[in-house]
Parts: sequence; C-alpha cells; structure tokens
Amino acid sequence: MNGWFGALRAIVGREFLRFVHQRERFLAALVRPLVWLLVFAAGFRAALGVSIIPPYQTYITYEVYIVPGLCAMILLFNGMQSSLSLVYDREMGSMRLLLTSPLPRWWLLFCRLLGSTAISVLQVYAFLAIAAIFGITVPPLGYLTVLPGLVIAGLMLGALGLVLSSFIKQLENFAGVMNFVIFPMFFLSSALYPLWKMAESSALLYDICALNPFTYAVETIRFLLYVDFDAKSLAWVLGSTVIFLAMAVWGYDPARGLMKRKG
Amino acid sequence: MQDGLSVKNLSFSYGAKQALKQVSFDLPKGRFCALLGPNGAGKSTLVSLLTRLLVAPKGEIRIAGHDLRGEANAALGALGVVFQQPTLDLDLTVRQNLAYFAALHALPRKGIPARIDKALDRLGMRERAEEKVRTLNGGHRRRTELARALLHDPKVLLLDEPTVGLDAASRMAITAHVHDLADQGLCILWTTHLTDEVRDDDRLLVLHQGQIMADGCTGDIRGERSLSDWFLEQTEMAS
Repeated sequence: MNGWFGALRAIVGREFLRFVHQRERFLAALVRPLVWLLVFAAGFRAALGVSIIPPYQTYITYEVYIVPGLCAMILLFNGMQSSLSLVYDREMGSMRLLLTSPLPRWWLLFCRLLGSTAISVLQVYAFLAIAAIFGITVPPLGYLTVLPGLVIAGLMLGALGLVLSSFIKQLENFAGVMNFVIFPMFFLSSALYPLWKMAESSALLYDICALNPFTYAVETIRFLLYVDFDAKSLAWVLGSTVIFLAMAVWGYDPARGLMKRKG
Repeated sequence: MQDGLSVKNLSFSYGAKQALKQVSFDLPKGRFCALLGPNGAGKSTLVSLLTRLLVAPKGEIRIAGHDLRGEANAALGALGVVFQQPTLDLDLTVRQNLAYFAALHALPRKGIPARIDKALDRLGMRERAEEKVRTLNGGHRRRTELARALLHDPKVLLLDEPTVGLDAASRMAITAHVHDLADQGLCILWTTHLTDEVRDDDRLLVLHQGQIMADGCTGDIRGERSLSDWFLEQTEMAS
C-alpha cells in the first residue's frame, strides 16, 4: 500500500511542479472568471433581476449570484485543460510512462485526477479571495464548507476531461471540445441565470439544463458556499463522477478502450 | 525462459488490417537481440503489446516468467522500457525525473536516492543529476532514459529505436552500452531499422509484414553478404 501512496505523492507533486512552472496558466485561469465577475456582471446587473431563491435569504445582486457559477467555471476549464495536457502527454510519450507502471491503471488515473483537482481548487480560492477584495463575499464559514463541494465537482469535471481525452486522437481535435463541450455545458446551466428564468424562455432548454451535470456542480457549490446543502445536486454530482470515472477507466483499458483504435 | 522474454503465437489487428501474425520467439537472459524490420513491419505494435499499451486477444507474452495478461503487475515490474518518443519531463532535473519513475514503480522510498545514484553512475550521468533535462543534449537525454529504465533492476530491457535523432558518436555509445548490459545478464530486445547497430554475435529477429521472417545468430543469417544487403534483398523479395 505504501507504494500506492508513493505514486499518489509523486503524481500530485508533479502536477504542482508543472503548475509552478506555468504561472501564466494560473493567471490566465483567474482572469477569465474575474472579467465575468467585474465586467460582465456589472453590465448585466440592471438587466437581470434575481428574486429570492434558496439558498439566498434576501435579494442579491447579480455579482453575488454568479460567484458559484464562476467557481465551477474555473473547475470546468481546468478539468478540460488537464485533459488537453493528457492528449499532449500521450502524443509526446510521457503518458506511456504512466501507463506502463505496474500499479493498477485506475489508481494512476485517479492520482492524476486528484492532482489536477487540487490545483483547480487552489485557483478557486484565489478567485474567491479577489472577489472578496472587491466586496463580493459569502458567509465566513462558507469558505470552509464549500471545500468538499469543490473537490467533488472538480473530480467530476476532471473525470469528464479524462473520458474526452481517451476519445480524442490528436491535439487538433481539442478545439472541438471547447465548442461542443465547454461552452454548451456552461451556458446550459444555472451558472449565469437561475433555471426558472430559462423555463420562462423555453421549456426544452430548461429540460436540457436540468439534465446537465454541470448545473448540479454549480448548485452544490452555491448551497455549500452559504453553509447549506442540496441533496439532489450532490447526488447528481456524485453519480456523474462515478459514471465518468468508470468511462475513463474503460477508455484507458488497453484491451477494450479507445487506445486500441488509435492504430 | 525464467529471466527472459517469451512470446507465443501473438497476433493483432487494427480492425481489418492485420499488424502481427502468429509471432513467436524466446529470448534468454544475457543476450542482445535486435529486432530488425522496415517501417510498417509491425515493430511499434509489438512494442505496444509488450508494454501492455495494447492487449492482444490471441497469444501469450511472458516477461521473466510472468504472464503479461494474468500477472500484469509482476510482468511490468520486471520490464525496463526506453520508448522511441522522448518521455522525460523537460522542466524537471535528471534526479527528479528518475524519482518520479521510482514512485510510479512503487519502489521503497528509503532506497530511492541510492538507486538513482547507482543507475546514473552506470551511465556516467551522476554529475548531471541536478541539471534540468531541458539543458541536456540528445545523447544525454537518451542516457537519462536508459538510466531510468534500469532503476528498478529489470530482468528484461526493451528499447524501441532508441538511437533515432542521435549523432553518430551518441549512437555508438548507447549501442555499446546496451551490449554491455546484455553481458551483465540482462535480456535485451532492441528494435531498429538500422543494420549497422547489430553485431555478428547478436541474436537477430527480422520482422516483415507482421511475421518473423528470420530468427538466429546475425553472422549465420547474413552469410557472406553485409547485413544491410541481405536485409534489403530479403525484404524486397518478400514484398
């Protein structure tokens, strides 16, 4: 068992080193949600009124509403970026090193996932700190209670990234993932607008949003940020994580998965 | 073949295209075996199967006596690999790269620094241990990969076209070094399409169109001709 934890330490440590070496990536990942929060939300503040919905107990400004969605956005982009680096790793060969280790492959993939999630969570906290500087805060205890939600949502989105990376043959195909996965997932969710607003516009779009696991990642984070708990959202996130993980392990299985079709 | 490599009736296809047909060979320990084949002969597929990046539905692979299908962990633990593609992390030092690999192989933590020193000494790379891989030349990067492949004391060493992109001096040095490793008791499988890397007393396997076309001592196989001439003649005849 010591060997397993040694591998975990090494893989997570490598992710941290990679992160330290790519500080620009860290800044870029922070700029995106901050632009949304400080520019987009300020502009839309007047246009979008948000009524009192759980977990909020009073009227809130639009900036306050989109903070959980932007936390989830960081996890989403990082999960996908991490899968991009897996495709890169595979093209460059260093993925081979990981996959030819005598340790079980599912464990190695899980370690990789945990490492990238840990870094995403750090970035979310950096974002929350900057938001606080601009006066957009949550209850103090919320910063602590949200941690498990961020980890599980990060694992879910990272696992989805793993699944996609096992299906993508070449780096060039990744642009498609941006257009066909990241943007639809983000816009068809409760990140930027409450779902009841979506229902007013289109019942079909509302149904799609209600089936989007990303919606539940956002809601899990939203409730936990306000020291509250939504069992349905958490169940969706946990269930999706298990399914995506199983698909990722299948995708990387040498006997059955898509590695075989690479040729 | 307790400490060697044994392959029996290995076949593999990508959809309708058959890449390997009934490949069988036994390599003992202490022997350098060159797997020679033109591009597209099936060498890369064989390497992927031997390293379990792919799994064949038919056939058997045994590494140091362990079945790669049933005892994958033990089999992979006895195998050292130098891949054709560079697999080092350029931003890490030589020592950090080796330590990462040691952890992936679940080696006991205490003994890792000593193992790294020993492996680097073996390749004359000790003084570069703290240098970032990015600053090393191609030959030294290859040597680092070779040191890393030896870190867990494998019984079988697989090198997939390890001299690609190296200058003549580095090629000769690596080729000579791996021959020494065979003399020290390792079972070596070296894939290549360059005939000048193969010595007369090496075991030679020739792979062509997914099948073993020749298997024996290089000197006996080539006869009076140079290996290059023999190889060209045979592969042209078979095509």
